Amino acid sequence: MSELRVGVLALQGDFREHIAMVRSIGATAFEVRTPDDLAQADALIIPGGESTAIGRLARIYGMIDPMRSRIESGLPVLGTCAGMIFLGSATTGNDQPQLGVLDVVVERNAFGRQVDSFESEFEVTGFDGSMHAVFIRAPWIHKVGADVEILAAVTDPSTGDDRPVFVRQANILATSFHPELTDDTRVHEALLAMAEER
Amino acid sequence: MPTSNAETGTDLVKRGLAEMLKGGVIMDVVNAEQAKIAEEAGAVAVMALERVPADIRAHGGVARMADPAKVDEIINAVSIPVMAKSRIGHFVEAQVLQSLGVDYIDESEVLSPVDTNHIDKWAFTVPFVCGAKDLGEALRRIGEGAAMIRTKGEPGTGNVIEAVRHMRMMNREIRELTLTDPNELMAAAKELRAPYQLVKEVASTGKLPVVNFAAGGIATPSDAALMMQLGCDGVFVGSGIFKSGDPAVRARAIVEATTFYKDAEKVAKVSRNLGEAMVGINIDTLAPEDRMQDRGL
Repeated sequence: MSELRVGVLALQGDFREHIAMVRSIGATAFEVRTPDDLAQADALIIPGGESTAIGRLARIYGMIDPMRSRIESGLPVLGTCAGMIFLGSATTGNDQPQLGVLDVVVERNAFGRQVDSFESEFEVTGFDGSMHAVFIRAPWIHKVGADVEILAAVTDPSTGDDRPVFVRQANILATSFHPELTDDTRVHEALLAMAEER
Repeated sequence: MPTSNAETGTDLVKRGLAEMLKGGVIMDVVNAEQAKIAEEAGAVAVMALERVPADIRAHGGVARMADPAKVDEIINAVSIPVMAKSRIGHFVEAQVLQSLGVDYIDESEVLSPVDTNHIDKWAFTVPFVCGAKDLGEALRRIGEGAAMIRTKGEPGTGNVIEAVRHMRMMNREIRELTLTDPNELMAAAKELRAPYQLVKEVASTGKLPVVNFAAGGIATPSDAALMMQLGCDGVFVGSGIFKSGDPAVRARAIVEATTFYKDAEKVAKVSRNLGEAMVGINIDTLAPEDRMQDRGL
């Protein structure tokens, strides 16, 4: 594998777990807090955390526009949980800073409060075997745009509708769950594969 | 349940929420208005209370779990996680808080303990955070099921000295364990009064098995950055924000100093013109019965 440099947005959240996972599969990983850091990245990860805190810090420190423009020009990016919310174009709740690069409406805390957080197994399109994932006060996707491919979904218990929890749109991957908290490196490998292809 | 094989309340799910709070600030609030100010300032969670620790100190008497109506008010005001405190050993207060839907319970020395035993935290779906002054205390709490640890510090004083002392103690004891001969780990566990399996784990990994935040006496952006540089994963601010002159500005400043804790220029920038910090208390003037950190060892 060539020397891919994966930047992990390190304003708040579990960025260290993402860095450890990227390193475990043979790429370089580093913390991104400023536009200068971002410029060094061949791929970007937006970690889990609190989306309101990450969004607010990103806005104050002038990260929104540089991130948006690099992602729009093809930078491969993975957002997990809060990262998915931040990549999206709207939420079903109050306004909060979002990049608006992923054409989805996200519902925050869709599964309920922390006592409803869970681990589960499910199938992912394009991945061999099932995936064991952990959902923590997780969002799901309420509505997807035409260019968004749904890789995994769960059933909304109140309506019976499918709610996407793993999607891809061109260079953007987003999960409701936290691959970085398990030993399953396949989502991160998918991001690196996208960066390799560029 | 959204999927048929979902499992709630696991170790990973409980410890995982604390992982998501890392690098952030958790703020004590006593009503919906303060909770919104905290959320707007970039807090990663709020602690729902009837009184902040400084007022608990001033008020005296028995300090108990907050009124459920107060907890509901705060839960309904914000989208970020809401924590609440139970008394040490008061497992029914914890059951009540879990039923209200709080996201984390702090079994806290700030309230009046009801037992020399702590709560059996494995029996709950909701995760717990507990205070610790040293490694032995931290590992006893983790042994009882705590999914997150914080320094005890000396709450409600606006004086960070005790939090620093507790963090240094924990770091030193962890460092010593990593250098300990495996044959001596049982003796080390005995000395620490901590579960052997956890002692063995810390000796091999060089860190606590759960996230460790700073708490107790943090009042300024520099205090927060100091605790982060000492190796804490994040910061609780109790009385320090809403007992200060301009809570919204101070809250934002402490959040930014926690993110950019290694960047002195940024800490300097956010520290300008913050208004009056909370009035601090010299720890040496506290009577032994007023030292909250000595509760629940």
